[in-house]
Formats: sequence, C-alpha cells, structure tokens
Amino acid sequence: MNKRFSCLMALGFLLFCTRSQAELVVEVTKGQADAIPIAIVPFSSPEAAAASFDVSQLVSDDLARSGRFKVTDRKDMIEQPHTGAAISFDDWRRLSNDYIVVGQVQPLSADRFNISFELYNVLTRQRLLGYQISANKPGLRLASHQVADMVFEKILGIRGAFATRIAYISVLGTVPHRSYRLIVADADGENPHVVMQSNEPLMSPSWSPDGQSLAYVSFEGRLPSVYVQLLKTGERQRVSARAGVNQAPAWSPDGKKLALTLSTRDGNLDIYVMDLASQALTRITDDPGIDTEPQWSKDGQNLYFTSDRAGGPQIYRIGIQSGDKPRRLTFQGSYNARARLSADESQMAFVTQEDGGYRIATQDLRGRGDVQVLTKGHFDVSPSYAPNGAEIIYATRDRGRGVLALVSADGRVQERLVSSEGELQEPAWSPF
Amino acid sequence: MKRIISIALLLAGAALLSGCPKKHNVIEPPVAGTQVSGSSSNGADSASTSGRGLNGDASAQGANGAGDYTTGPLAKKVIYFDFDKSEIKPEFADLVTAHARNLTAHPNLKIKLEGNTDQRGTREYNIGLGERRAQAVRRAMMLQGVAESQLTTVSFGAERPAAEGDDEAAWSQNRRVELVYTP
Repeated sequence: MNKRFSCLMALGFLLFCTRSQAELVVEVTKGQADAIPIAIVPFSSPEAAAASFDVSQLVSDDLARSGRFKVTDRKDMIEQPHTGAAISFDDWRRLSNDYIVVGQVQPLSADRFNISFELYNVLTRQRLLGYQISANKPGLRLASHQVADMVFEKILGIRGAFATRIAYISVLGTVPHRSYRLIVADADGENPHVVMQSNEPLMSPSWSPDGQSLAYVSFEGRLPSVYVQLLKTGERQRVSARAGVNQAPAWSPDGKKLALTLSTRDGNLDIYVMDLASQALTRITDDPGIDTEPQWSKDGQNLYFTSDRAGGPQIYRIGIQSGDKPRRLTFQGSYNARARLSADESQMAFVTQEDGGYRIATQDLRGRGDVQVLTKGHFDVSPSYAPNGAEIIYATRDRGRGVLALVSADGRVQERLVSSEGELQEPAWSPF
Repeated sequence: MKRIISIALLLAGAALLSGCPKKHNVIEPPVAGTQVSGSSSNGADSASTSGRGLNGDASAQGANGAGDYTTGPLAKKVIYFDFDKSEIKPEFADLVTAHARNLTAHPNLKIKLEGNTDQRGTREYNIGLGERRAQAVRRAMMLQGVAESQLTTVSFGAERPAAEGDDEAAWSQNRRVELVYTP
C-alpha cells in the first residue's frame, strides 16, 4: 500500500509539474569557420499539419545549432521544391549549397502524420537519403530531431544526437529560500519536465544506460540519500541512506550496479559499488583522502575517480576487481577533477584549474595523454558528453547566473543555453 | 589561563588527529527507518523539506533547559574557514569550547555539524571538503570531552550557500560549519 501510494504521489507530482519550467534558448557563440552549407527547403504540408508544427524549421535549427552546418536562410531561396524531381540543381549550386533537403508532411488521419524527406548532394545530384517517418502530433518534434540525426550522420559520418535528452538541476529563489528541481528536457532545451522538486538540494543526476531512469542525490530531511527514479512513472527508490555521505551515483554500463561515494564514521570518503538487485556493497578504494566522482569505463571493469591522496584533486583509474592499485592519469596542474568519458573512451573531459579559473579540459586516453583546455570561463564545471562524443555540455556562470553551455569535443564550436529563470547546473546528457 | 590551554589543546589535537590513519573503515548500517528496497515512502515530504533558517533551529532548543542560545556565548553557531582549508582558526576556538562545554554539561543534547564550501570547484569534491570541515569541528569537540554519540556530521558542499555572489565577499560566508542542535 505504502509503495503504491508513493508511486501515485510521485506520478501526480510529475503530471502537475509538467511544462512548468521556462524553456531554454540556444545561442551559438562560436561557430565553425568551415561549416557545411546546406539548404533545408520548407516541407510542403496541408494547412492542418502546417499549423501544428514546422518540421523543416526544427531540422534547420538542429543542424545550425551543431555549428557544423551553415543553413541557407529561407528568404534567400528562389524556389521551394518538395521532391527530388523538382530540384533545379544548377540554381542551388549558384547559391553555394553543398546539400539540399526537401520533403513533405501529409496527414494520415486526424492526429497522425507522415513525414517524407530526401537528402541530395547538390554537386553530384546524387540522392543520399530518402525516408518516411510517421508520428502523431506530440511526436512530430521527436520525428523532426530524427530527420536531423539522419542528415547529420549521412553527411558527417557521426551519429546524430538531436533526438536525445538532457537532465539538469534548476535552482529557483534566493538564499535562504531556494527550491531545487531536477529537470529532463530535449537536447535542444525544449519540452522541459520537472522530475523531482525539493526545498533541499538535489544534485548529481546520472542516467541509467537504457535512458529509462535517473539516479541522483537528494538532501530531503537535510541528509543526503541516493535515489533511483523511473522517469515514465515517477516511481522512485531510496537505495542509499547510510550515516554520513551518500553521493555521486554512477550507473554501470550493464545497468545492474551503481558506483557511489560513502563515508566512514570519521568522514573518510571512499568509492563503493552497489549491486542494485541485492543492495550488496563492495568497497573499491581505501585511502584516507577524498575519493569521489566515480565514472565507469565502457567495459564495466574500471572506475575513473577523483582523489586528493597526493595533495590536490587528481583523476585516477582503478579496476573493480579486488586488489587493484589505482593509477594516476592527470599530472598537468594542481586541480583535475570529475572525469567523464567520451562514447568510445578515446578521451575524457574533466574540470581543470588554469589561471585561477575552473575550465573544461579533455585528455587523450589512448595516445600520449595530450591535454586540451576547451573553455575560457572562471566557473566551468560538470562536463557531460553527448552520446555520440561530438559535444560536451557543461555548467558555467554568466553575469552572476548559472547557465548551461556546449562545446564541441574539439573546442571549435561553442554555444550557450539561456533560460529565462533559475540557476542551471549539473547537466547530464542521456544515452541514445 | 584555562582558556588558553583549552585552545592549545584543541588546535594541537585537531592537527594531530587530522594526520592519523583512519580507524573506522566500517560503513554505518542504514539509519533507523531507512528503507533500502522497494519504493520510498518519502514522496510526501519531498516538497516541504525546508522552512528553517540558515542558522538552523537551534534557537528553539532553549526548551531543553540547556541555556540561552540567542544571546551569550552559545548564540554564535557558525565557524568560518579559509579557502581550501579545514583547520579551525584561533578566533573560533571560544565558540567551539562554549558549545563543547554545553554538550558535556547536557549529555542529552545532540548537535549536527553541517559542513559547507564556497562555490568554486566541482560539486561532489566540494561535498568531500565540506565533510572534512565538519569532521574538524567534530574532532575538536570530542577532544574536549563531548561524547561521540552527541555528534553527527553532514556535508552540503556548495549546495546550500549562505550568501550569493561570485566574489570573495560571498564565498567567505559560505566556507563554514553550522552547529545545529537537534532533538
């Protein structure tokens, strides 16, 4: 009964809070000089479909936002073909387009639409893609992101991540009357939903590998606990509420375990692995310094973590099999913390201190360990890779306010996500 | 004289202990009432967990007969720290001693030490730094005879600032341990 009641409570809360958060707006602050010119011709659509949603506009927005494409302005288009047969390639070539996307949105029923689209190479006149996607009205947004994903992948050879989501914390109000919200939104910041709300801090959202659940830390009752919450129903489970610290949950690649940070009675933080089914704990680190911020390797056999065992915080890696000795990975600078791994584990992103500021850096994990500092802010923290490894979302401050920002993994493209309200922090990009 | 000795003891003891290897490598069992499987029953209080001022609810504790907490030596309940430090500065020794005496004189009293950091650095590492500050105060109090069972710690890291702003004026108010008397 108790369990059912709490599920219902959580579900009610979820529905009640739906769309109560101001939406985010993306601004590209630094684009790529050699961005690929592409034309996304407005898709033909009967009035009913057009009134509900502009599919081709969203595809344009996604591609422009990536910084890798230069999208031709609609008002510069001489004609607006909707099928490949109607494209005058010479005209589009004169407008310096390398690629063109044409398409149509047609109603299948009162609430169901069919999106068909084609991608052409303007120079070779080759048809690169031709697809149809059907969606109901609320699904048109997701379907549009999927169109953008396919175009992105076909041209760049990198899987698109437009149809993914981000989780983040939004803090409203002023000290000492603050409220904390855990929000899940589309990757472009649209469609935000409040997953959890509290008058005490919420932190460290971590996606389950299947994208169905979030683990996070909540200080409700003024003590930290780690929760796991199913997004679809809002049902949540408290998995760790031990005396002392319960922090930094990180889901294993197989979804069966959580790495987390716990403390002994005298306040020594170490990293543990919890088997979610049995709740059994295995201790991974044993050092009097602060060991925290665990992150799993892709094979589930190692943990990357932050430790100040050598003085300042540095990043280490340890095997989860007992007896393994941690290996230090960062040596440049006195502060390197909170590693996150790219999709192929070829590099890690983390927070480094440089010129007195906290910035996002990457380090090569396969070759010589080259370090590249990607940002120039003073308070850049909480990096999280897109599931395709192409971009990193992170938290920064802009004129005294917490905002989210993006940087491409090579540092060439930078963007800012601007919200009309709240301090935004700790973005976590969902899996595919 | 007595005061000077107690300050010296406190500082020496804290320094000594902070370098000691940790003895208690055992994770505490779940706190009473904690549900470790199944769905949490905490949904209801999730939206109403605050309502207390920053200095906690200590002022209400006068009802315990443990003296006047709104004026006098026990009125001050916040210890401030230097950047990246967890040593108790000499100017806060009196504050620690006053509360330690109050706790030893009233063994039924309990206190929660809430560690906090400023807004710089990574959030989870800051939880560690806040815990280290709370533990520094805990050790200092235990050296002055406070029973371990009277003391608990919690770290909010940078999540519960006392002041807002991206400058030292705000940060210096946020690097702190708050003493909160609990029932």
